[in-house]
Order: sequence, then structure tokens, then C-alpha cells
Amino acid sequence: MTTDTTIISNPKQNTDISELKPELSDIGLVRPDHSKNVFIDWLTTVDHKKIGLMYGTLALFFLLVGGLEALVIRTQLAVPENDLISAQRYNQLFTMHGTTMIFLAIMPLNAAFFNFLVPLQIGARDVAFPRINAFSLWAFVAGALVVNFGWILQALEAFGLFSASGPTAGMNDFVPAMGWFGYAPITGKEFTGAGTDFWIMGLQILGVASISASFNFIVTIINMRAPGVKMMRLPVFTWMTLIVSLLIIFAFPAITIALAQLMFDRVFGTNFFSVAGGGQPILWQHLFWIFGHPEVYILVLPAMGIVSEVLPTFARKPLFGYAIVVFSGAVIGFLGFAVWSHHMFTTGLGKIATAAFSLLTMAIAVPTGVKIFNWVGTLWGGKIRFHAPMIFALGFVWMFMMGGFSGIMHSSAPADAQQQDSYFVIAHFHYVAIGGILLAIVSGIYYWLPKMIGRMWQGKLNIWVGILTVVGLNITFFPMHFLGLLGMPRRTHTYLSGFGWETYNLVCTIGSYILAFGVLLLLVDIIRCFRSKIPAGNDPWDARTLEWATSSPPKVYNFAQTPIVNARDAFWADKYGPLDRKMGMVDESHGIHMPSQSWMPLIASFGFIPLGLGMSLMQAGVPYAGYTAILGLVILVLGIALWAIEGPGGYHLHPNKQSH
Amino acid sequence: MSQEVAHDDSHHNLMVKNKKLLMWLFLGSDCMFFGTLISTHLIYRKLYPEEFDPTLLFSLELTSFSTFILLMSSFLMALSVSAMHKGEIKSFRRNVIGVIFFGLIFLGCQVYEFAHFVHEGLTLSTGTFGSTFYLMTGTHGVHVAIGVFWLISMLFYSKGGNMEAHKNAVDVETAGLYWHFVDIVWIVIFTVVYLIEFIA
Ligand code: HEM
Ligand SMILES: [Cu+2]
Repeated sequence: MTTDTTIISNPKQNTDISELKPELSDIGLVRPDHSKNVFIDWLTTVDHKKIGLMYGTLALFFLLVGGLEALVIRTQLAVPENDLISAQRYNQLFTMHGTTMIFLAIMPLNAAFFNFLVPLQIGARDVAFPRINAFSLWAFVAGALVVNFGWILQALEAFGLFSASGPTAGMNDFVPAMGWFGYAPITGKEFTGAGTDFWIMGLQILGVASISASFNFIVTIINMRAPGVKMMRLPVFTWMTLIVSLLIIFAFPAITIALAQLMFDRVFGTNFFSVAGGGQPILWQHLFWIFGHPEVYILVLPAMGIVSEVLPTFARKPLFGYAIVVFSGAVIGFLGFAVWSHHMFTTGLGKIATAAFSLLTMAIAVPTGVKIFNWVGTLWGGKIRFHAPMIFALGFVWMFMMGGFSGIMHSSAPADAQQQDSYFVIAHFHYVAIGGILLAIVSGIYYWLPKMIGRMWQGKLNIWVGILTVVGLNITFFPMHFLGLLGMPRRTHTYLSGFGWETYNLVCTIGSYILAFGVLLLLVDIIRCFRSKIPAGNDPWDARTLEWATSSPPKVYNFAQTPIVNARDAFWADKYGPLDRKMGMVDESHGIHMPSQSWMPLIASFGFIPLGLGMSLMQAGVPYAGYTAILGLVILVLGIALWAIEGPGGYHLHPNKQSH
Repeated sequence: MSQEVAHDDSHHNLMVKNKKLLMWLFLGSDCMFFGTLISTHLIYRKLYPEEFDPTLLFSLELTSFSTFILLMSSFLMALSVSAMHKGEIKSFRRNVIGVIFFGLIFLGCQVYEFAHFVHEGLTLSTGTFGSTFYLMTGTHGVHVAIGVFWLISMLFYSKGGNMEAHKNAVDVETAGLYWHFVDIVWIVIFTVVYLIEFIA
């Protein structure tokens, strides 16, 4: 059902796309459609596939940044009483490491897959609101810049190009250094400088990006499915996208408001969390974790979705218990809102609350376990093929389970009192984050990159990536369980010898370099894939879902003709199923309508940069910071207004339909 | 085939237009925003019952008046939606002007109220009460202001006969959803922040 040639019909012309006369928008500006300039084309794109690729590229960059930060941390901890970096720098590094990995690496990596895959998996031409989608991407870029702005200042200072003056002078404090969950009261302006403000405003902007993207995905999945793609026929990855998007729109408001309150405390002198004025620091903890626990499922559910696609493809069996996998995903999402206080067992919640949160946390392990059994059930009796995606997916199941076990261990409040704030917790969440999420994402990259760029992997580097990451992560994080139980606290700049921590720490550090080498090889392998001469073809893995039915890479319009779906694993059924399960095609002889590209999403969201920086610097007393913030707001509002006025526009395509 | 028809409204699984669904989702999310603000206020109110006595400051007459005005604006909003559905652009514009006017009155009352409170000594940094009160009611005020701005731009847009029932009814309906929601939120705030204080 794919097509090779594309004929554009325009009342006047009938030539190829680049020759189409650019249209004028409703405000009389030339629309940046079919630009021959690559930069203009990508900066103004509204194509979900290009947006997905940009999310992915940026996220991989931040994965490297966060990884580098982690390596410096581990190097500092390699031996006792090390003084490679100062304590303050150490605080900056673990804060930015956590913030970067969660908000700038894993979330956007997930977003890359959402963007690229969801419209393809449901047989749509794009997301429901292509321009809002572009806005989300660029707002993410703006937020990332604001969060990291302190590093830029620090670098400028190191080269003698900048020196701090005013209230923050001498504090050397433009980089956030209060931990990724920013507990009050250390975020008060008495204790931390401009770094905290960059962090607040940056996260706020990233929140806007995530929430707006999520609205888009929910509407897309609910409303834009091709005929026959019933909800219970959606690929599991799309289901998980839906659930995660719902989690985002309901969980992010708690932190948005908490961040706004904190910002008011710092800039306008309110007393939400400042103890002197009656504020209660514990309130921050509640608001943060009401967001924070759903957030860990926001991170992991897409990974579960990826694995639920990869395992059936390479076991050549349908997913075992599809309905139960979907349902337990929903239960996890729902329960995720009811367990936040398990991060606060040691704060003295009271017996009843502690018991309740403890029980609910244990309960959430049930749907998680159910999923694992379903994955094992999928493998059972399958004709397993050990290609790279499968290897990483199996790695996920195994490693994620390890993280789940330690999770259940600290769902028990008395046990957690020992583990809280120790390296045991670090071990727990790195098993779920790296062993779970990252391995699944790598599996997803190996699985879908050929679809995304049309080229096939070459060589056997993937085996080394697999060995090094899995071995490296175990060497790094398994000893941390012991370190935690031996009492080593997390967020320690250095330690004395004689507690029995030396060997474990050294082993962890060696492991982290092995892991880092594995990630580096992954990037090399990705670059090799881009340069590969082997065409991927539509369906290199003999896969099951709709995205494999179209060309690799898919054309702008995704499907020459909208498919009509008659089965759950639509493409598999089309290939091997009975006649009444094969796909049909919607008659679209009148042509396809494509949305126009636009500068406005980019302009509007880049208003966030002066807005965020200005608000941050206002607290530090930098002159004209307030005006900068107002300027940013004006750009934002103007961008949105012009966006509304310019109209969606659009042009028609007539894909040649000859083949099926 | 006209472009609008072929574009995003060509096919829907639910019988709801994309824009309207988006607004519903936004409102769901917005509930959480206001939920957090209102609960912060109530938590501190319960924690420090003696910190501040709002009954000495609140003017129930004024706030009841502005609440009533906002309710009436919702009524006019409903009329404009129905006018748009029938394609009666004139009547639509008349009603929207009413909504904008009432919205501005509400905002005026709020500005007056804030100025008065600050004058009486309740500022952003007055304990926790000042903080929670202003951030919560201020956020609501910003919502009203955005609504007014939105309706004003619609009013301008509809001037040259740009708006037609089959095309723009969904836009007006979406704005209406927003406006009603902001109104409902105010009723909650009015009840749990203002009225309850006078019961005890
Ligand atoms: C079986 C399911 C899970 C259970 C029962 C569980 C339980 C817990 C508990 C009780 C804590 C608090 C530990 C403490 O601070 O003393 C915790 C921390 C954490 N968990 Fe999990 N967890 C589970 C799965 C996950 C998943 C899937 C993720 C992420 C993808 C995750 C990420 C984290 C993170 C990041 C923290 C540490 C937060 C911090 O203090 O910085 N957990 N987990
Ligand atoms: Cu948690």
C-alpha cells in the first residue's frame, strides 16, 4: 500500500513539491512551506516525524551531558577523601544530573517515540494539532536552555568573559545545587542563589511543553484513529502513550503550582515555604511527590510500551494477555497518584497514613508484576529471534525486575527508614531508570530507527553495546545496595576510609566507565546506521503493527491512503491472517490535505527564553531583568496571536496510487 | 473540495471536535491547578486559624455582587453560543460584548478589592494568608483576563463577516466552555474562601 511517486496538484501547476508556489498566510506573510533551505524546513516543520527526530537528537545530546555529570560524580567518589571537585560543585553536579536525566533525556526520548510512532500506529496523517506539537518541541528547547543557563555563565566566568556582581556575587551559585526535588527550605533565597531560579523557571517551561504535548497526543489517540482502529486494537505503545499523557496533564499541575509558589516566595516575598513567615517546608514535599511519583510512571510506562511491541515481534506471537497488559498499565497510572507519601515515610506522617501508603505501594507492585508475567507468557513457546531490539527488551524485563524488587523492599516503612536517603535508594531507581527505561529505549532505537531513516543497521556492534551496558550497569549499581545498607548516605561529596565503603565505591566507579563506554558505542552504532547503505525496506523485522505497512522513512503524509483496519496486530493480520482480517483502504482520490509549516510556534515558545531568564535574574537583582521578562511575555503573546490569525493554511497532495 | 473540510475535521472517532476535546482536557488539567491552589489555602487556614481574621476585611456585599456579575456573564455566554449555532452573527456579537463588559466589571471589582486589602495591610507577605489568598484569586483573575482577551479578539474577528455557524460554532463553544469553567471555579472559591469564613 505504499507509493513511490508523488504528484502534487495545484490548480495551476502539476509538478513536484519543491516547485509549488509558496502561499501567503492570512496575515500576508509567505508560508515557509516546501522550503529548499534545510534549516527553514526543520525550524518551521509541523511534521510529527521530523519533530520526533529532533526530540530524539536533543535528548541523546542531554543524555551525554547528564552522563558526563555522572562520570565526574563517580570519579570524585572513587577513593575516600578525594578532592577532585569542591563540595559545592558536587552539589551542582548531582542536581543537574538528576534534573537533566529525568526532564531533558528520558522524557524527551519518550516524546521522540510518541511523536514519531503514534500517528503511524493509528493510521493518522499527523497529530491533531501539528503547530501545537512544534510549539511543545521548541518550548522544551527553551526550558532546557534556561535550566542549563547556569553552566553557560559558569563557563563564561571560567574564561574570564563574565563576572558576577550584586547579591549573588561570590556565591558562585548560578547552577542549581539543591537536589532534583528542590526540598524547602534550602530553595529559600537565604540559602541558594540564581541557580535555583533558573531551575524553577526552566522546569516551569518544560512543564508547559510536556502538558501541551500531552493534550495533543490524547486528542490524537482518541479522535484521529483510522477506521477500524478500535481502542482495544491500539498497539500497546500507543495505549501507554495515552495513559502517560493523562498522567502528565493531571500530575504536572501540582508541581507547576508548587514552583509558582516557590518563585513567589523568592521574588515577591510570600511565605508558602519560608519558615519565618509560617510556611511549612513539608508542604513542598507533598506537592512535589504528588507530581513526583506519577512522574516515575510517566518515565517507565512508555518503556513498557516499547517492550510490549518488541517482544511479540521477535517471539512471533501476539502479546500474551493484551487486555490485561493495557488494563494493568491503567491501574498503575491510577494508583500512581495514591502512593506519593512513600517518599516521606521518615517525615512522621502518623501511623495510619504510613500504613496506608505502605499498603498502596505494595499494591502497585501487583499490576507491575502482572505485566512481567505477560511478557514472559509472550516469550513462552515463541519462535524467538535474538536481534538487537530483542536483546535489549529481554535486558529490560530482567533488570527492571531487579529495581522492582528493591522498590517493594522500601514500600515497607520500617525497612525504608533504614534505606531512605542512602545509596540503597540510588541503586533502586537506577535499576528502574537505566536497567528499565534506558534499556527499553535502546531496544526501541534498534527496533524503529530503520523505520525512521530508511536504513538498516550494519555490523555486530550492537552485541558490544548490549554487553557493556548491562554488565556496566550491574557493576555500577549492584554494589550500591550494599553501600546503602552499610550506611553510606546519598549526596555525599566525599567519605572517610574505614567504614568498609572503599572497595564498593571503587567498583561502582569502574562500572560507570564501562556503562559510559557502552553508551558511547551505541552512539557510534547510530551514526553507522545513518551512513549505512543497506535499505531498510518497509518491514525489516516482519513486524505486526501499522507503522511497518508504510515506507521507510514514511512519506510526509504517512499513508498514501488511510488504511481500514480489521484486526489488532493490523499489519500481521494483513500479511498472514484470513481474508476478512486484511486491511482495506479509504478512497482518497480527492487528494490529501497537508497542514502548512509555520514560524509562529518557534517564535512564541522562544519568548519563554527571555521570560524565564528575566524572571530568574529578577530575584538576583540584575538590572532590567524585569523588562526582559516582560519582553519575553510580549513575544509569547504576540507569537500566539499571529499564530491564531495566520490560519492553518495547507496544501493538497496526490500520491500516486498504483501498488498495494 | 474546500480546504477546511478536508483538514483536521475530516474524521473523528468520538463525535467531539478536536478543539473542543482539547478544551475539555485543558479544563481537567486546570482543575488540578486550582485544586492545588485552593487546598494550599485551606491547609494553611486550618493550620493557623488565628493568624488572620478575614471577616474583618472581606466585604461580602462587594464579592457577592461580582460573583453575581460573573454568573450573569456566563448566561450571556450561553446566549452567544446559541446565537452562533443559529448563525445570528449580530446577536452573537451583542451578547459577546455583554460577556466582555461583565468580565471587565468582575476584574475591576477584583482590582478594587486587592487595592483595598493591600491598603488595609494584607499584602503578599502577610503570613501565609496573604500568600495563598492572592496567588489563588490572582490566578483566577488571570484566567478571567485571558478569557476577556480571547472574546475581544473574537469580537474583532467576527466584524467583517468572517465567522459562520458551520465553521466557527465550535470556536465559540470552546471559548464558552472555558468561560463557564472559570465561572464555576469562582463559585467554589467564593464558597470555600469567602462564605465559609462567615459561617463559623
Ligand atoms: C515496583 C514498583 C516500585 C515500587 C514499589 C517503588 C517504591 C519506591 C519507594 C518506596 C521509594 C522511596 C525510597 C526512599 O526514598 O526511601 C522509591 C524511590 C524512587 N523510585 Fe521507585 N518504586 C517502584 C518503581 C519505580 C519506577 C518504575 C521508577 C522509575 C522509573 C522508580 C523511580 C524511583 C525514583 C527516581 C526514586 C527516588 C526518588 C528520589 O529520592 O530521588 N521507582 N521507589
Ligand atoms: Cu514513588
